[in-house]
Amino acid sequence: MAALTLPIALAHLRHRKRQTFVSVAGVALGVGFFIGMAALMSGFQMYFISKVIDTWPHVIIKDEFRDPAPQPLMLVFPEGAVRLHSLKPRDEIKGIRNAQEIMASFVGSPYAVAPTLRTQAFFRYGAREIAATMVGIDPKLEVKVTQLAQDIIAGRIEALNTTANGIILGEGLAKKLGVSLGNMLSVTSPMGAVLKMKVVAIFSTGVTAIDNFESYALLKKAQVLAGRTNVINQIRVRLPDVSVARETARQFEDRFGYKAESWEESYSNVLGLFKIQNGIMYSSVGAILIVAAFGIFNIISTVINEKRRDIAILKSIGLTESDITRIFLVQGLMLGVAGTVLGWGVGFGITELLSSIRFDMEGFIRSQGFILNRGWPPYFIAAGFALVASTVAAYLPARKAARIDPVEIIRGAA
Amino acid sequence: MSPQMSTKQALLETRHLTRTLKTGVESVNLVQDINLTINAGEFVAITGPSGSGKSSLLYLLGLLDRPSQGELWMDGENTAYMSDAKRAEMRLSKLGFVFQFHFLLPEFTLLENVSLPMRKRGKLSEIEILERAHQLLCDLDLPDDHQKLPEQLSGGQRQRVAIARALANNPLILLADEPTGNLDSKNGQRVFDIFEGLVANGQTVITVTHDPALAQRTHRQIHLVDGRLVY
Repeated sequence: MAALTLPIALAHLRHRKRQTFVSVAGVALGVGFFIGMAALMSGFQMYFISKVIDTWPHVIIKDEFRDPAPQPLMLVFPEGAVRLHSLKPRDEIKGIRNAQEIMASFVGSPYAVAPTLRTQAFFRYGAREIAATMVGIDPKLEVKVTQLAQDIIAGRIEALNTTANGIILGEGLAKKLGVSLGNMLSVTSPMGAVLKMKVVAIFSTGVTAIDNFESYALLKKAQVLAGRTNVINQIRVRLPDVSVARETARQFEDRFGYKAESWEESYSNVLGLFKIQNGIMYSSVGAILIVAAFGIFNIISTVINEKRRDIAILKSIGLTESDITRIFLVQGLMLGVAGTVLGWGVGFGITELLSSIRFDMEGFIRSQGFILNRGWPPYFIAAGFALVASTVAAYLPARKAARIDPVEIIRGAA
Repeated sequence: MSPQMSTKQALLETRHLTRTLKTGVESVNLVQDINLTINAGEFVAITGPSGSGKSSLLYLLGLLDRPSQGELWMDGENTAYMSDAKRAEMRLSKLGFVFQFHFLLPEFTLLENVSLPMRKRGKLSEIEILERAHQLLCDLDLPDDHQKLPEQLSGGQRQRVAIARALANNPLILLADEPTGNLDSKNGQRVFDIFEGLVANGQTVITVTHDPALAQRTHRQIHLVDGRLVY
């Protein structure tokens, strides 16, 4: 059968060269842009996520509770109509109470854990004053949980142990303060304690939120500064398998009672943004392909109108309705395939073009130029979209063509 | 004569064949109550004034159209209730059509146009198809370039290619609808020469014509007036 339908389908398209070209170009643009956009979006998103996974603990156990502790009265009368007014929460020293126990319970587990004290501080250098976060760490444990050691761009992380009051600053923070390696700056805690600290290293993760607002010091120093000796308020955990972070966090929460936050939860605002981004991309590229499908619908309708006599004679010879449908479906499919193949080229070109553009970008992440993901899946997804759209666009007029009554045409021609 | 007997001998048999066309409120009988038997090897002309239903009858006999009432037996089978696909298959294997206009596919060469029905039928190999197409074209006096496109031929030549296409699958019946209507008298005579030659070799031919002189050359004339047979 292909020996019959294929040449006829080809002849019809050859007959309408310009329209054929336009509809193929439409599909190619849709496919090309899809590939280009997908490379751009997923490149950025994957880069961001991998950065976060590298630089951020997979799970953080915090000194917070997801729900406020129930009042005793509520526990006694769970079914009762109890309402408490003017309830004042107790003043508590914040911090994870049984931190040592929790840390000890991880010994021998596949998880890497590091105790930290996270506190706010004012950094002052000359006339500049910036509020940022200070994370008190145990360097030996911390490097197993995050990539801090690899992210150091100046100085050494070990200098924390050898220098009195050493501090490691994020690249952006250092730039804002105007400090460089070896400078002394003064750090003020919310409690009013002041400490002169020496910059022993500068790190750059590429994630703006971290580089611009975080600093690291020894746990002991941070505890002194915050006036919370021996207190730990975050236990950072790195998992062997990052994909189960959400579930693991929930397990920790059940086990220890404290709020355990997975990296997805910490960055849920950004990840939510990605979803919106993807939605916008898919719908706008989908719109291009729908317009391209209209082009295919148009050319096949035109061909059918022009070829009514041919269709009539083919039916009189003995071609069935499904043969006729196939002739025009094949045309749609050929346009779709040609557009897809051309679109792959366009998409590859767009990707290469984007990757050749160099500029400094600072958003969620810092980079020189676009970060592209040159994966194969978008090529296949785009092809699937295009082929389905062109087949549907061809099927609608093709079905009409199949129903043409040869008698009507032949009688009309006489 | 019992129906079984008749269907065995007759190639075509109609019983009370009627085709009604509904246009709005009124309905017109294109052909009405046709009872007809055509045997193998006959050369039949359907004649009558224009609008008498000649072509409508031919389309019914050629399974292009469905009767509103009555039966049409072809080669021992009642075609009135066949599915569209089955009727298409009957047209492919048992019938060949020639119309007033050649209706050749303009993008394909003569050879391809004649090969088309054989390709659809799929009984012959590619080489056999091309050999047969070539032979048919030569038999119909189109011996030169078979790679030409239909537009490069004269009207008479095109109609002969159309006849070759109609004969491609060795049909039981060749049906022609005013095959000379678009030709000059010389070429018209030539078409009938071809038909005579085919009939001499046992081919059944049914042709619609309004030319009495050409109709005289057939063995049997069926005359229609207002959709009814007139004897």
